[in-house]
Amino acid sequence: MKHDDGDVAGLGRPRAVAFALPALAIIGVFLFLPALWTLWLGLTNYRLTGTAAAHPKVVWFDNYRTALTDHEFRGALWRTTLFVIGSALIGQSLFGFSLAWVLQRVRKPIRSVVEFFVLLAWIVPSSVSSFLWFALYDRRNGTLNALLGTKGTAWLIQYPMWSIVVFNTWVGTAFSMLLYRSALGSVPPSQLESARLAGAGPGAQLRDVIFPHIRSHILTNTLLITLWTFNVFTPYLLTGPANRKAEIMAGYIYRTSLRVGELGQGAAISLIMIVINLIIALVYLRVLRERTP
Amino acid sequence: MSASPVAERSTAMSRFDAQPIRHFLGVIGRTVFVAFMLAFFTLPVLWLVFAPFDKTPGLGVSLPEFTIANFRTLFKSSSALSALRNSLILAGGTAALVLVAGSLASYALSRVRIPGRDMLLYVLLLMSSIVTGTAAMVPTFQLVNELHLIDKMLGVVLVIGAGTLPTVIFILKDFMDNIPKSYEESARLFGARPLRILWDVVVPTARSGLAAIAVWAVVQVWGNFLVPYILLRSPDKSPAAVVMYTFYTEGGQPNLRLIAAFALVYSLPVVLVYFFVSRRYGFRFYGGIKR
Amino acid sequence: MASIRTVKLTKEYPGGVKGVDDLTLDIVDGEFFALLGPSGSGKTTLLRTIAGLESVTAGQLFIGSRDVTQLDPGRRNVAMVFQDYALFPHMSTADNIAYPLKVKKVHKAQRYATAEETADALSLQGLLGRRPSQLSGGQQQRVALARAVASNPDVFLFDEPLSNLDARLRLEARTFLKQLQRRLGVTTVFVTHDQAEALALADRIAIMDKGRIQQLGTPRDVFRAPANTFVAAFIGSVPMTLIPGTLAGGRFAFGEERLELPDEAATTAAAMPDGTAVTYGARPEYISMSSDSRPGAIAGPVQVVEHLGASLLVSVAFGDQLVQAVVDEDHEPEIGATVYLLPNPRRALLFDAEGTRMADDAPAEAGG
Repeated sequence: MKHDDGDVAGLGRPRAVAFALPALAIIGVFLFLPALWTLWLGLTNYRLTGTAAAHPKVVWFDNYRTALTDHEFRGALWRTTLFVIGSALIGQSLFGFSLAWVLQRVRKPIRSVVEFFVLLAWIVPSSVSSFLWFALYDRRNGTLNALLGTKGTAWLIQYPMWSIVVFNTWVGTAFSMLLYRSALGSVPPSQLESARLAGAGPGAQLRDVIFPHIRSHILTNTLLITLWTFNVFTPYLLTGPANRKAEIMAGYIYRTSLRVGELGQGAAISLIMIVINLIIALVYLRVLRERTP
Repeated sequence: MSASPVAERSTAMSRFDAQPIRHFLGVIGRTVFVAFMLAFFTLPVLWLVFAPFDKTPGLGVSLPEFTIANFRTLFKSSSALSALRNSLILAGGTAALVLVAGSLASYALSRVRIPGRDMLLYVLLLMSSIVTGTAAMVPTFQLVNELHLIDKMLGVVLVIGAGTLPTVIFILKDFMDNIPKSYEESARLFGARPLRILWDVVVPTARSGLAAIAVWAVVQVWGNFLVPYILLRSPDKSPAAVVMYTFYTEGGQPNLRLIAAFALVYSLPVVLVYFFVSRRYGFRFYGGIKR
Repeated sequence: MASIRTVKLTKEYPGGVKGVDDLTLDIVDGEFFALLGPSGSGKTTLLRTIAGLESVTAGQLFIGSRDVTQLDPGRRNVAMVFQDYALFPHMSTADNIAYPLKVKKVHKAQRYATAEETADALSLQGLLGRRPSQLSGGQQQRVALARAVASNPDVFLFDEPLSNLDARLRLEARTFLKQLQRRLGVTTVFVTHDQAEALALADRIAIMDKGRIQQLGTPRDVFRAPANTFVAAFIGSVPMTLIPGTLAGGRFAFGEERLELPDEAATTAAAMPDGTAVTYGARPEYISMSSDSRPGAIAGPVQVVEHLGASLLVSVAFGDQLVQAVVDEDHEPEIGATVYLLPNPRRALLFDAEGTRMADDAPAEAGG
């Protein structure tokens, strides 16, 4: 066949491949290759400096054994789990849904103002937003202490996990709010009408009409924010390198590999993280495919 | 917005509800909730609004003694200016890269059935969501080091570009798929060659999508801290995201007047661009791709 | 200007569906040629194959004396007007019309002069600066025509260019199109699913079904002498009444009713044995109705009366079979009243068991 069906511009396969090549090459080198490289690096005792930098040795699964038995790694993983549950599954989801739900019933000017500020938190660059919270949490002059009358409370040191969970909820709620807003908008008004005519109150409407209708949206949202929160680096900017009590995976990898310089060890942990990401992403893509057959 | 008819109807209905107490409690509940949310989301940004114009800004929020001297300090600070310039270079470079490479690739993938195309897109998207800056920082650093691109802007552009390209291709392909095939067929019958068709017909028709993608890419790079933090060493090459961080973490008393003015000038462009784009193209599409 | 010739042309899709099946066809230079058929009949596939937008599986295609079977569509010198017009939304009317010339690297001043001239000829004065979204459907259609004209092609290919217009505008555009084609004299292939459009516009019509041509002829031929029951049912604003039945004693029998054989097939049919299955066809316009008995007429109760404007379409029941007649608006019968129907034997047709028309002098010709 001379032309492919659907090839309306007469591109032809060779030219199409040439068109796609630059993008695929960049993705291949700077996205795929690093991922594959972790497999290899994770098996070596590679270091940033010293003799192991010039002549890395294969240590097989030592790095993984070290990681899995290391209480710092397990601590970081445990804190990350709490962080994801607290800021994504509870904070962002709950706030996002409630905002989408309540703002439907609020006059437009108020709705626009609230939405603006929720979105602003999301858009402000991460190093600015972390400084804003750094200032807010400050022990001596922080607005939070002034407001709550808790003078002298060092939030980031006394309540490190709470601090980053609240911070990340603040940053990320906008996404859930937007997603749930469009999900609620897709519930056919006629179904709500008939539920109401049948005498259903708000609780019954939520349970019987709205949740069944937006179930797939809830799943999508949950998986996406889980994935993003699991990989987020920003809390490190807020807590700094010294604060181990709030160290989550991102900070832990950074410290192990680039500050301490154990690249091999860091790669092993990276791979563990990529595998966890893979599981979440596969579940997500599966859900997505079921939604759009 | 599709939500408003629901809202209208529901208020109309609840007025008919012969339960004034429940209605009243509902209003109270809503008001308290909205007030709390508004406080929670505005409180941290108040500093960003007031401090830049305050003669003596502290870490706490206070009504400013108005001045614009802070901005004068900012424009005299060479590190602040070069940081903003570096951010512009990185953002412009990445946007140009992903636009050119992304539109060529998405067009080819949209129009020609290369074997395994759907699988390819699927795998690309999967990779870009699991190989994140955080998870892949070690091998990425290692790779860029081997390629002698450490401390070069190009390295940052390529790494961030590779991370965004799968999403860019996926979304642009959707745009390209929606361009009526007859446009290209018509141009082709007049004798236009593929590159000419792409330039004369496809690019102008998809320009709203291209603009949205460009803006998205710019916002991604502008806010990205981790990649330049790891890959760039010289302070004079650091973009604003990194410089902002070093301003308040490096030893000594932080210069709050400089930080305040810098934070505002650094944040404003993305906020403006974002709200401009969202007004034109809607949040629904945007919601899905901002991370 | 050029003729178009296809030789045993076949277009097979992956999966074995044949869009065009072993088709040989001659389109004369300067002819207005219509491809008519229901959706999926292969008419659009044939048009796109002529344009080069679909590849050929087997056979040959000539435009003029050139074998263009493997030639790139951009080098065939054909112009196509698409159903959605395919006007570039980001270009003004002038830019759209001048685009073919831009591709051919005509000098800028020259191509805008040509565009303006063409626009004038198609009554598009004053619209040159507008974008397609600022034009009405009729104007968009004329801009698409102008763009095709400006490229000065050997052949025009029209893919249902009138179907996106509303009914009133469509009649206007139809006349305009016919005038334009007469004036330019460019060979034109026109795809439509609307039989009235094909009858009104074309010099010749090819009626297609399942990738094959069912009949090829002038509008008069296909209306008066449809080659088979498919064509008979497809052509005509009121479908032809087709009655399945048998031959019985030199007459046509269905149920209890008997009808005289149509004139054109009387001798052939009379020679056939009784009981041979045939189909009797008569257009409702050629069946007369009366309230009194007449020799040769069949009687039945009126079931439905539909108003067509100046006339009425009356459906009369004979058992399960409905027979329709078009009658004058002054003769509206009562529902349920018994009426007598008499087909005009000179206009009635007879089809054999395969659906092919039977005629005494020459066997019906199927395909071309």
